[in-house]
Amino acid sequence: MLDLTPTAIVEREALRINPAKTCQPIGAMYAALGIHRCLPHSHGSQGCCAYHRSHLTRHFKEPVMAATSSFTEGASVFGGAANLSQAIQTIFSVYDPDVIAVHTTCLSETIGDDIPTIINKAVEDGHVPEGKVIIHANTPSYVGSHVTGFANMTKGMVSYLAESSGVLRNQINIIPGFVEPADMREIKRLAEDMGASAVVFPDTSDVLDTPQTGKHVFYPKGGATLGDLRGAGDSIETLALGAFASSSAGLALDNKCRVPCQVLDLPIGISATDRFVHALRYSTSEDVPVALTDDRGRLIDMLSDMHQYLYDRKVAVFGDPDHVIALTEFLVDLGMRPVHVLTGTPGNAFERRVGEIVHDRAPGANVRASADLFLLHQWIKNEPVDLLIGNTYGKYIARAEDIPFVRFGFPILDRIGHSYFPTVGYRGGMRLLEKILGALLDRQDRDAPEERFELVM
Amino acid sequence: MTEILAARADQVHRKGASPFTMSCDKESLAGAVSQRACVFCGSRVVLYPIADALHLVHGPIGCAVYTWDIRGALSSGPQLHRLSFSTDLRERDIIFGGEAALRDSLTELIARHQPKAAFVYATCIIGVIGDDVEAVCREVSEAAGIPVVPVKSEGFRGTKKDGYYAACSALMRIVGTADTAGISPHSVNILGDFNLAGEVWIIRNYLERMGVEVVANITGDGRVTDVARAHGAALNLVQCSGSTIHLARMLQDKYGTPFKQVSYFGIDDMAASLYEVAAFFNDPQITAATAQVVREEVDAIYPQILEYRKALTGKAAAIYVGGAFKAISLVRALRLLGMRTVLVGSQTGNTDDYRLLHELCDEGTIIVDDSNPLELSSFLQEQAVDLFIGGVKERPIAYKLGVGFCDHNHERKEPLEGFVGMLNFAREVHASVMSPVWKLTPRRASQPARALEEER
Repeated sequence: MLDLTPTAIVEREALRINPAKTCQPIGAMYAALGIHRCLPHSHGSQGCCAYHRSHLTRHFKEPVMAATSSFTEGASVFGGAANLSQAIQTIFSVYDPDVIAVHTTCLSETIGDDIPTIINKAVEDGHVPEGKVIIHANTPSYVGSHVTGFANMTKGMVSYLAESSGVLRNQINIIPGFVEPADMREIKRLAEDMGASAVVFPDTSDVLDTPQTGKHVFYPKGGATLGDLRGAGDSIETLALGAFASSSAGLALDNKCRVPCQVLDLPIGISATDRFVHALRYSTSEDVPVALTDDRGRLIDMLSDMHQYLYDRKVAVFGDPDHVIALTEFLVDLGMRPVHVLTGTPGNAFERRVGEIVHDRAPGANVRASADLFLLHQWIKNEPVDLLIGNTYGKYIARAEDIPFVRFGFPILDRIGHSYFPTVGYRGGMRLLEKILGALLDRQDRDAPEERFELVM
Repeated sequence: MTEILAARADQVHRKGASPFTMSCDKESLAGAVSQRACVFCGSRVVLYPIADALHLVHGPIGCAVYTWDIRGALSSGPQLHRLSFSTDLRERDIIFGGEAALRDSLTELIARHQPKAAFVYATCIIGVIGDDVEAVCREVSEAAGIPVVPVKSEGFRGTKKDGYYAACSALMRIVGTADTAGISPHSVNILGDFNLAGEVWIIRNYLERMGVEVVANITGDGRVTDVARAHGAALNLVQCSGSTIHLARMLQDKYGTPFKQVSYFGIDDMAASLYEVAAFFNDPQITAATAQVVREEVDAIYPQILEYRKALTGKAAAIYVGGAFKAISLVRALRLLGMRTVLVGSQTGNTDDYRLLHELCDEGTIIVDDSNPLELSSFLQEQAVDLFIGGVKERPIAYKLGVGFCDHNHERKEPLEGFVGMLNFAREVHASVMSPVWKLTPRRASQPARALEEER
């Protein structure tokens, strides 16, 4: 399938081949699902909503509920205000959510629909029942990526809902970023183990990893509640995990409610988790519990047992910027050499940050934001690697170049586990390490000549 | 009692409860959690399987990503259709226009991949910023010497059905551009089959054994050159009526080619379709060969079907699919397996389709148009079904309810068409309905009597 990828690399201006990103609205929809009893609403054509729901369903293997303004020819000429206004009434009367989270699309952005005005009018006209709210985020598909959309909707939660009562609560906010339900669950556990009372938003645990109960629950039990989100303005501080997905909400909260914000990397791997734990320790003034220190110790123990299989092995990594930044640092900690590091999301900060991380372990590494998998394939053709790490779309390259492949990131459409087992924290590090070693050692077994095929590794 | 949106009452019909009426072809209510898609989606699914054409999505990145290799529309040769190409329009393109990006992208891709034709899909935003896609396509076409066809698939310009129409119009620009010499008078085009899991190969095999030449598969395992010669076929066979019926009508108007609506799902419909082809050609050799094909194929599968039927008799099924024509075949196929259809619906059916369903189904069957998850899950519970047949968005709802599932849409992994497809279907339905997992789920756990009955 990829046999026509040429080795010679020519700079491209416009054309995108085999993308390493998707559009903002799906990120906004995912973020909105992390609010309790929230119905995400896609203000655009019906297809956008259908595609986002299908894509999320393929990744999470869960029902994904969202409504759409169902644009027609008329809406594209006269604007979509009537559609949204009708939608608000339909949604509250039929689906009865606590929150409607509206995100825009390229179409409604280009037409220029003014969402706050439409929302205000709905409130004035009495279409928003008592105690219910509508929030929104502008998510033009032609700016940023799905990660930007997630960041914008998370920021929308702050700007619409967070309030400062003037009385501090003994709690911290954690903005977990565009991570799996399992990761959000693990982040909450880490905070709890550290003795921190944490408001985590958005929070898709118990929304997109629900148990089989024999019922289809339209609004599952998980998600940050309206109370959580309002109270976030009274927290002592905010830990925003992942600059790309979480910093804008964290900084908005600082601006709006004067809650100081610390932007950290996603706690993936040893060093980044250490920094997260350190930050939690700083805000709770509690000692790190033995159980957590032991988790860390076990991860280091695993690594020391197997480090010789990792050292100097070349890796190509692609995915969303916050994930890739943290993972690249982990790979460096593992003694590996991340020689190709790529994201589809635009942002110079990515290249700068990854450049610093790989500087010593992989001098001259290819690092690029706003790129695609066609380029990654070309890089790999020019400098082959021992391992490829990325989302499902990496499987084409892994097959074409016969490279061991570890699935990590969004989306994963062909395996399960990602939404149930975290990759954040020390335990998440153990899982990643297991997967990486498994891929490398399976390959070694596959390729070993009979006489070198080893029982003990 | 199931709650339905008041505004949707006339899109839900219960057989026996009232005389048949069905309002459809309606735009979805804004704010509904509809299972429907858009114009682009319709165009993309129809044209996508043409494997030696370049498919470039003109717009921001999302539309290209969500349609990237998500259908198992198999190709026996080129795999070009499975790559994802987008002009990835950015903010400056929205302001200054995306024509330059389109021209550059097409030029680069055509030079590298040497496709036989290129399709350029206009997404929502193209209709608003006013790119002259037609002009760019014409220009690149002249320079490259291949057809470069704009597909007017802006998402908001209607429903998926309008996308089918746009795709058919695009195909018509390729039909008629190649020589038809040497085509047998006993020849057909296969329309509306996308070769999911290799289904077109099964149908071609039957037709070839009957002595009928297949000129073009439109579009499963499709080739541009075949499409270009499609006007030379004596008959068009239209499956999945929603998607390519327009093309059949266009071919009839322009070239006088008659068409027949056929279905390849289920033994009855498959056999009837082949006999109809034979009757059309009215050639004793073909007639004899057809009877032989049907006999051989049915003999090969029937004993096994009966085995599955034993296990499945009396089970209840729900169907919610894209097109109503497919739903009709599925009701019949389920009946062959001894199963009752208690709920049937589609995203895009018309009144005639639904009337046919009404006549076909048992008393009490619920018939729905453009349904939504709330409604579907509530009907599924009310009717205590054992199997749900639907697509990607319906699957997890079924599983949450503890109901078996069969994907009869893009994500089918086994061919379900043809006689052998009926066997695959039976096997798949059986595997899901009889899976021990359902005994572990609360729905079954709370129905001990029924569970016991199943044990026997």
